[in-house]
Amino acid sequence: MIELVHVEKTYQADLATPFTAVDDVSLSIAAGKLTVLKGPSGSGKTTLLTLIGCMARPTSGRIHLHGLPEDTLPELKEGDALEITSLPERFLTAIRRRTFGFIFQQFNLIRGISVLENVMLPTYPTGEDHQRVEASAIQRLEALGLARHLRAPVDRLSGGEAQRVAIARALINDPLVIIADEPTAHLDSKLSEDFMELMGQFKSSGKTLLITSHDPIVYGSPLADRVVEMRDGRIVKGS
Amino acid sequence: MRAPIQRYRNILDFALSSLLRRKGRNLALICVYTLVIFVIASLIFFVQALKREARELLIQAPDMVVQRMVAGRHDPIPTIQAEAIRAIRGVEAVQPRLWGYYYDPVFGGNLTVMAASDQELAVDSVWVGRGVARSMRVNEGDLISLRGYGGQPILFAVQKILPEASELVSSDLVLMSEKDVRALFNFPEGLATDLAVTAGNPRELATIAAKIVELFPDTRPIMKTEILRTYEAIFDWRGGLMVVVLGSAILAFIIFAWDKATGLSAEERKEIGILKSIGWESSDVLLLKFWEGAVVSLTAFLSGVLLAYVHVFFFSASLFEHALKGWSVLFPRYRLVPALDAYQLTVLFFLTVLPYTAATLVPIWRAATVDPDAAMRS
Repeated sequence: MIELVHVEKTYQADLATPFTAVDDVSLSIAAGKLTVLKGPSGSGKTTLLTLIGCMARPTSGRIHLHGLPEDTLPELKEGDALEITSLPERFLTAIRRRTFGFIFQQFNLIRGISVLENVMLPTYPTGEDHQRVEASAIQRLEALGLARHLRAPVDRLSGGEAQRVAIARALINDPLVIIADEPTAHLDSKLSEDFMELMGQFKSSGKTLLITSHDPIVYGSPLADRVVEMRDGRIVKGS
Repeated sequence: MRAPIQRYRNILDFALSSLLRRKGRNLALICVYTLVIFVIASLIFFVQALKREARELLIQAPDMVVQRMVAGRHDPIPTIQAEAIRAIRGVEAVQPRLWGYYYDPVFGGNLTVMAASDQELAVDSVWVGRGVARSMRVNEGDLISLRGYGGQPILFAVQKILPEASELVSSDLVLMSEKDVRALFNFPEGLATDLAVTAGNPRELATIAAKIVELFPDTRPIMKTEILRTYEAIFDWRGGLMVVVLGSAILAFIIFAWDKATGLSAEERKEIGILKSIGWESSDVLLLKFWEGAVVSLTAFLSGVLLAYVHVFFFSASLFEHALKGWSVLFPRYRLVPALDAYQLTVLFFLTVLPYTAATLVPIWRAATVDPDAAMRS
């Protein structure tokens, strides 16, 4: 479970024109469920995702993670809640690597390298066995229907294919939580429905899913266990 | 133990593939970088080889040369003084030397004319250096004409062309009998250009020099070590001059490298953000960029040094021999013996590879230590 307590994120806080993207948000996200953050552009959804996913620190407030495996950090015991906002960078990276898999709106694949290499990239710093990782990446890509694109540069893929590469990459470290930021923004209705079907499979396998979207295919999906609506950095519905 | 090694291998692999992705930019950088290393390394190799050549040739030089000075200028010395110097304790031999310069207006170059006591050297014959033979287009058996002191032409037969191994010093040399030298320059009997002194024990040279000055206050003894020092200073001066000229090239390289290395493109910045967001630490990103910089630097350094080696020792530094070899127009043509100075190469390595790597890492460190979302947004 992920628990946010009075979380605030202000950009340029030390300048004359500070901007508060997330304003006093308190929220509990259940494990193994699909939660959708809904709201217009600029409502603070993406910023909230980056805070939960240890990609940025809140200006104030606390974020607690429950149910992390013991080996995520040294001296972490099963069942302990971990307050992440005050952790040093290397611990945040370790949590990000083990706990979260990100699917970005723009897919954020590294151009010029192959599909397979993009998927394997998150494992490079961990020093895992290369052949084992490659086998795992190929298996995931095959499961997502990308077997014939393994060695192709990602630049040549269609939008739907690029997103499936991003999904395979998000899964390579077998994370507990999958975070997707506006995943259907660049997909047509058919591909969006395919995406939600995939999310359903991940949910069935016990993953926690956190998706931001203002696409009715996502927030109106029967798979969504909870829809949280945001506006101007605050939760206006579904907290 | 395996995981850290695998981590290094993975990141090095990715660094190489990243370099290949930006082929144009990196190739341009490596070319300019290699060119600068090539020029500096060529200079280092060339100057070192010349110094070594000079040192080896001077081994055969006399321990001391005694010149006579008149009004601070070098003047012919009476050969009779040789006897008095030979009588000084510790002096093994004194040999009067007869030599001078001859300006050849046809070739526009100075020749060094010297008397040789070799029995094989016949009267009215000369031995010439390869530079002289080349300029005058003569071979053994041909005749050359030199203008005597009164303007009259004097013919000499070329008996021998001096071996290539000594061309650095002998390129402009013309050896002839003592009689011919005196006739050519109208050099009076009983006078020599200088006296070559050999000591039994080189440690006594300073004492012998002091005694010579005491005996003949108008003389100036010059020891071999002083000649060696002068040669080194000359080569250093030439090298130093080139280094000053190269300063501007190095400065241009620094500006270029700084621009290329520090100008982190938006794409690179975004990539760093992506890598951090998918679980790379700042130290992983720094290691990646360190490998990239190291590969560029080492490739350029090794290519530059290798090209310089080939240039200097296989092509006799053909690109700048005119600027560096001698003052005469009779340029020596010879192959230098390889002489590598590990100290200077190490200095070159630290002056080029380290600044470039540092210049690369500073902006990367700045980009890599911000939050991944900030790196991606910027």
